[in-house]
Amino acid sequence: MTVILTQAFTGVSIGAVLLLIALGLSLTFGQMGVINMAHGEFIMAGAYTVYMLQGPIHSAGFSLLVALPVAFAVAGAMGVLLEWLLIRRLYTRPLDTLLVTWGVSLMLQQLARDLFGAPNVHTEAPDWLSGRVTLIGGDDPLTLAHARLFILGLALAAVVALTLTLRLTPLGRRIRAVVQHRDLAEASGIPTARVDRVTFLIGSGLAGLAGVALTLVGPIGPTMGTNVIIDAFLVVVVGGIGQLKGAVIAAFALGVLQSVLEYSTTVSVARVVVLVAIVAFLQWRPQGIHTVRTRSLA
Amino acid sequence: MLEITGVVAGYGRGDVLHGVSLSVPEDGVSAVLGHNGAGKSTLLRTALGLLRPREGRVLLDGEDITRLPAHRRVRRGMAYVPQGQQSFPQLTAMENLRLVADGRKDGHAALAEALDLFPALRGAAGRRAGLLSGGQRQQLALARALITRPRLLLLDEPTEGIQPSVVAEIQRTVLELSGRGGLSVLLVEQHVGFALRAAGRYYVLEAGRVTSSGAGDADAEQAVRRALSV
Repeated sequence: MTVILTQAFTGVSIGAVLLLIALGLSLTFGQMGVINMAHGEFIMAGAYTVYMLQGPIHSAGFSLLVALPVAFAVAGAMGVLLEWLLIRRLYTRPLDTLLVTWGVSLMLQQLARDLFGAPNVHTEAPDWLSGRVTLIGGDDPLTLAHARLFILGLALAAVVALTLTLRLTPLGRRIRAVVQHRDLAEASGIPTARVDRVTFLIGSGLAGLAGVALTLVGPIGPTMGTNVIIDAFLVVVVGGIGQLKGAVIAAFALGVLQSVLEYSTTVSVARVVVLVAIVAFLQWRPQGIHTVRTRSLA
Repeated sequence: MLEITGVVAGYGRGDVLHGVSLSVPEDGVSAVLGHNGAGKSTLLRTALGLLRPREGRVLLDGEDITRLPAHRRVRRGMAYVPQGQQSFPQLTAMENLRLVADGRKDGHAALAEALDLFPALRGAAGRRAGLLSGGQRQQLALARALITRPRLLLLDEPTEGIQPSVVAEIQRTVLELSGRGGLSVLLVEQHVGFALRAAGRYYVLEAGRVTSSGAGDADAEQAVRRALSV
C-alpha cells in the first residue's frame, strides 16, 4: 500500500513540474492566442543554466538557489526575444505561429547540441536535497525524497506568486484586462504590446524554473523540453485553456495517474491508459475542467 | 481639435469608410448620425486608432496622429466609450476603474471624481462587471473614460440598449460634461432628437460617406430626418 502512496507522491512532484510549464503555456496562450512550440526549449535553457552555474559556483546547494532567478531571467529573456522578433508579427496567424515556433524549437535544440554536446549532462544535487523524509517507518516504509518535496514547494510558491500577482497588482489587472478584451484595454490607455511582452517574460520564466526543477530528478539534454512539453499541453487542454484552477487540478491528476499506473503496469501501458482517459474526458467536457464563459464582445 | 480628412478604412478587404472628413472643434458636442452599417462605429474606431485607415489622416491639435497607437492617443487626451456597454467582464467594477487609474499621477482623485459622478457604481464596486446591468455597465464605461481626464471624448451610442430610466441620466451627464468646457465630445447617436439637442454640429453618415452636415440648430432636425428617412 505504501508503495502506491510513494508512487503517488512521485506523481505529485511530476504534476508540480507540469504545472509550472502549463501555467506558462496557458499564460501566453491566454494572452495572445499563441501556442508556443518553443516553450519546451525554455525549460531546457533553465536546466542548462543550473549546469552552467555549477562550474563557477562549487557549492551545489548555492548554485541551485542562484539558478532559480537566473533561469527565470534567461528563459524569460528568450521568451521576450521570441515574442518581439517573431510572434507579435504573426499573432493574427495562429497556424503560422505554430510552425514558426516549432522551427525555433528545433533550432534551439541544435544550438544546445552545439554548445553542450549531444549526450545528456548531469548536475550534482545538493546534500540537503538528497535525503528522504520518513513518514511511516518499519518494514513497509513511506518516505518522501527531499528533492521531490523541494519541487513541490517550488511549484506551489510559483502558483501562489502568480495568483497574487494576477489578482492584486496593477500588472495583474492589466494582464487580465488584455486577455479579456484587448481592444478595450488598448482604448483605455493600456499599452497592450508591452503587457504582451511582460506576460511572455513571466510565462517563459516559469518554464525556466521548471527546467531547474527537472535537473533534480533527471538528466539534462537537448531534447528534455520536448519530452515534457506534450504532457504540459495535455494539462492545458484538460484544465481548460487560460484557467489557473483547472491547470492545477489537471497537472496533479495527470502526474499521479501516470505515476501510479506506471507502477501497476508498464510505462507504455500507463501512457496509453492516460491518453485514452484524456480523450474520453474531452469527449465529455471539451472545454476542460474549469471554464469561465466570457461574454463575447466585439 | 480633431481633424479627420479623407479617411478610407475597413475590415479585411472591404472598405467601410470611403473618404470621410470631419472636424471636431474645441468644446461642445459634434454628432455623427446615420443608419446601422453606415460606418459610424468604424469612424470612431479609426479616430482612436483601433483601426488604421488605408488612406487619409487623423490630426489631433493639428498634429498627425494617424500612425499613433490607440493607448498613446488616450495619453494625449482622447477617450473612447465603445457601443454595447463594453467592460472587462471578469474584473470587478472597481478593478475596471483602478485599471485605468493605475499609474496616473492624478489617478486616485480622478477615480473618486468618477465615482461621485456615478454614485451607483459605489454600491456595485465589488461585483464583476459582467454581472452588472446594462445601465450600470454604461456608467462604468463612462467612468472609465473620464478617469483619464480626456479633452476629447468619443461616445458610441451611449444610450442604446439601456433601460429608459438610465437613458435620461446618461444623456444628462453627457450634456453636463460637455457644458463644463475643456471637453469636446464626438457623439455617435441614433436618437436624432437628443443628438441634435446636444450637438453644436452634426454630420450625417450614409454608406461610408458624409452626405450632409451643418449646425445643430432648430432647422437641423427636419433636415436630418429627411436625409435619414430615404
